[in-house]
Amino acid sequence: MTRRQELLLGLLGAAAAFGICEGVARAGIVRRSYLPPASEVVFRAVRLAGDPAFLDGIGVTLRAWALGLGLACALAVPLGLLLGTVPVVEAAVRAVIEFLRPLPSVALIPLVSLLLGSGTRTEVTLIAYASLWPVLFNTVYGLGETDPLARDTLRAFGFGRLAVLLRVDLPATAPFIAAGVRISAAVALILAVATEILAGFGQGLGIFIAQAQFETDGTRDVLAGVVWAGGLGLVINAALVGAERRLFAWAHEPRAQAGKPERSRRP
Amino acid sequence: MLRLDSVSRHFGDQHVLDDITLTVPDGQLLSVVGPSGCGKSTLLRTIAGLLPAQQGAVTVDGTPVTGVPERLAVVFQEYGRSLLPWLTVCDNVALPLRRRGLPRAARRAEAETILERVGLPGAARRHPRELSGGMQQRVAIARALVCRPSLLLMDEPFGSLDAGTREDLEDLLLEVHRTDDTTIVFVTHDIDESVYVGDRVVVLSPGPGSRIIRDLPVPLPRDRDQLTTRGSATFVSLRTEVGRAVRGAPR
Repeated sequence: MTRRQELLLGLLGAAAAFGICEGVARAGIVRRSYLPPASEVVFRAVRLAGDPAFLDGIGVTLRAWALGLGLACALAVPLGLLLGTVPVVEAAVRAVIEFLRPLPSVALIPLVSLLLGSGTRTEVTLIAYASLWPVLFNTVYGLGETDPLARDTLRAFGFGRLAVLLRVDLPATAPFIAAGVRISAAVALILAVATEILAGFGQGLGIFIAQAQFETDGTRDVLAGVVWAGGLGLVINAALVGAERRLFAWAHEPRAQAGKPERSRRP
Repeated sequence: MLRLDSVSRHFGDQHVLDDITLTVPDGQLLSVVGPSGCGKSTLLRTIAGLLPAQQGAVTVDGTPVTGVPERLAVVFQEYGRSLLPWLTVCDNVALPLRRRGLPRAARRAEAETILERVGLPGAARRHPRELSGGMQQRVAIARALVCRPSLLLMDEPFGSLDAGTREDLEDLLLEVHRTDDTTIVFVTHDIDESVYVGDRVVVLSPGPGSRIIRDLPVPLPRDRDQLTTRGSATFVSLRTEVGRAVRGAPR
C-alpha cells in the first residue's frame, strides 16, 4: 500500500466515524445534551483555537507533558542501560520494578497531590512516573537484541566496555528506545490531562474539560476538549513516527539487491 | 610472533580445544582448516583475547594475551552483523582509528585511501545495506586494514559469498599479504581455499577436543593465480593431502 492510499483510507475512516456520530445525534437516538452532533463539537473545537485563554491552557499542558516525558527519558535510558548490561543490578531491582510497574498511575494522583500540592510539580512527577516504564523496558529489551558479533568486533579493535556500550549498544538500541518514547508520549498526554482533571485548579486542557462540565452546553465543550486531546495525540504520534523513519532508516530490512537475493541482516 | 602453548578450552563439560601448540612467525599467512564445529572459531577468539584461555597460554611477541592484544584486527564471516548499519561505509572503516586520537578529517582521508585499495572507491558515503555481500565484506576488510594491524584474524571471511566474489577476495587478501607482510590467521572449512591462500596449513581434528593433526607448509610461489595455481601439480597434491586429513581424520 502506498503512503497516499494509506492517507486516503485514514481520511475515509475518520469521515465515517464523524458521519456516524453526526447521524446518531441528529436522528435523536440520544438526547442532544448527552451527545451533541459531531459537527457542533468540531466547530466548537475549531473556535477554541482562536481563544487565547484556551491556547494558554494547551501551552501549560504541553509544557508539563514535555517536562515529564523528558524527565522520564533522562531517567529511563541510563537506568535501562545499567539494568541491561549489569546482570547483578538487574537481578537486585527486578522485584521492585515488577511491583511498581502494574500500579495504575492515575491511582497515584491523590497521593502525589497530597505530597506535592496540586501544581505543575505533581503533574510532571506523575507524567514522568507513568512514562518511565515503556522507555525503560524498551531500552532493556533493545540491549538484549544487540548483536554480540558487533560487540566482539569492536572489542577486538581494542575498544573498552564503556566505548562498546556507547558505540554499539546505544545506537543499536536507539530504535527500540524511540518506539518506547512514542508509547510514553501517549501515556504522558493521558496523565497530563487526567492529573489536571482530578487534581483541580489552575490552567490546562484538563482544567478546561473539568470546568466545562458545569456549564450550559457542557457536553459540547467537554467533547471539544477531548477532540483537542485526541488531535494533540495524533500530531505528536505522527511527528515521532516521521522522526523514527528518518533517523532509523538503517534499522529496516535492506531492499533486495537487483537480481541477487540478500542474506537477511538480522537472522 | 604468535605462540600458543598447549591451549585447551572447555565450555561447561564440552571439550572444544585440546592441547593446541602452535608458533606463527611474523608475516606468515596461516590457514586453519577443519570440519564444521571443530572449534576453529573458538581458537580464533582465544587468540583475539575475546575468550580467555583456560589452560595453556597465548603470547604475541612474547607478551601473554590476557585481554585483546594491541594492533589486532578481525574479519568475521557475518559482515552484515559485524558492520555497524547506522554508520556510513567511510565511518565504519574509520572506526578503529578513533582509538588513535586522529582528527575526523584525517580518519576519513585514511578510510577513503583504504577503501580505494580494496576496490571500493566512491562507496564511502553509502551505507552497508546498500552494498552487495561481497562489497560489504570488502568494507570489513578495509576496516581491519585501516589500523595497519600486525596480526589479522579472519574467521571464515568468504564463507557466505558466491564463488566468483570469493575468488576475487582471496586474491585481494593475497595482494594485501604480499604488500603489508601482516601475520594472518585465516580460518576456513574450504580445503582448496586453505591451500590457495596459505603459506602453511594446519588441520584440526573434528571435535570434541580438537587437536592439530596436520601441519603442512605450502611450497607454492608467492604470486598465485586462480587458474594456473589451482591447476599446478603441487596444489593438487597438497589439497589431496589436506583433504585426506580433514575427511579421514581418526576420531
